[in-house]
Amino acid sequence: MITITHYLIISALLFSIGIAVALTKKNAIMVLIGIELVFNAANINLVAFSRYDQTMLQGQVFALFIIVVAAAETAVALAIILKLYHHYRSTELDKINQLKG
Amino acid sequence: MYMNLETIVFYLFSAIIVISALLILFTRNVLYAAFLLIFTFLGVAAIYVFAGADFLAITQILVYVGGVLVLLIFGVMLSHRLAGEPVLSGQHNWFIALLLSAGIFVLLLQVILKGTFYFQQPNFNTGNIEPVNNSTIKLLGFQLMTNFVFPFELVAIILLVALIGAAFLARKQALNQG
Repeated sequence: MITITHYLIISALLFSIGIAVALTKKNAIMVLIGIELVFNAANINLVAFSRYDQTMLQGQVFALFIIVVAAAETAVALAIILKLYHHYRSTELDKINQLKG
Repeated sequence: MYMNLETIVFYLFSAIIVISALLILFTRNVLYAAFLLIFTFLGVAAIYVFAGADFLAITQILVYVGGVLVLLIFGVMLSHRLAGEPVLSGQHNWFIALLLSAGIFVLLLQVILKGTFYFQQPNFNTGNIEPVNNSTIKLLGFQLMTNFVFPFELVAIILLVALIGAAFLARKQALNQG
């Protein structure tokens, strides 16, 4: 039987792997991928708790908003990464080390 | 321990999520990571189906696999010179990152395993929800148009502003400076 604990453990695993990806990688796109993993972990939690809220579904509505905001955030972040690539000819984050380029 | 089919399939999808996420962590190739992300997103969509969120699973596939992933791959393509060699990402901070994420995981696991969750409707604790009668689409649309109409409009404006801003940021530079 699948209980709430299963969902929460999957979500915790995905969250910590996402944190590790965002911290270890130097490429800006890889950091973005790690952040997407963290978003998905948060969404699993919300959807799992929303299963016990059959009359309001507040968790699912909130997860829907998170998906929309995550898509907008990815679009803006990739635009910034492209801009940085035009400036520095690199997307490695530790080579981007000056503010007024 | 008694395992029915639902539990086995749940563990299968959980294994897909965790293994592809771990492969993302240990690969250095950015394009491999972007394609492994497909498996993670599809596994998360399957988990949504298990939690009774059918509309959200479809939205996950449409928005993440169809939108975000294509954006990411376009980002990889546009920000690297593809001259035959694979797109590799540098790595650093292994010790601190693994220590931190393992610490977060142990902390979360303690909270999850030792906490007791009380729900308002305890008859749903067993998790047997009728799959046919309980499509969430109608209720979700009703909620979006009544209780959550202000955040709905706000998120629409955020999406519009973000897309215009992204197109403005990524344009060719020569317009304003000439």
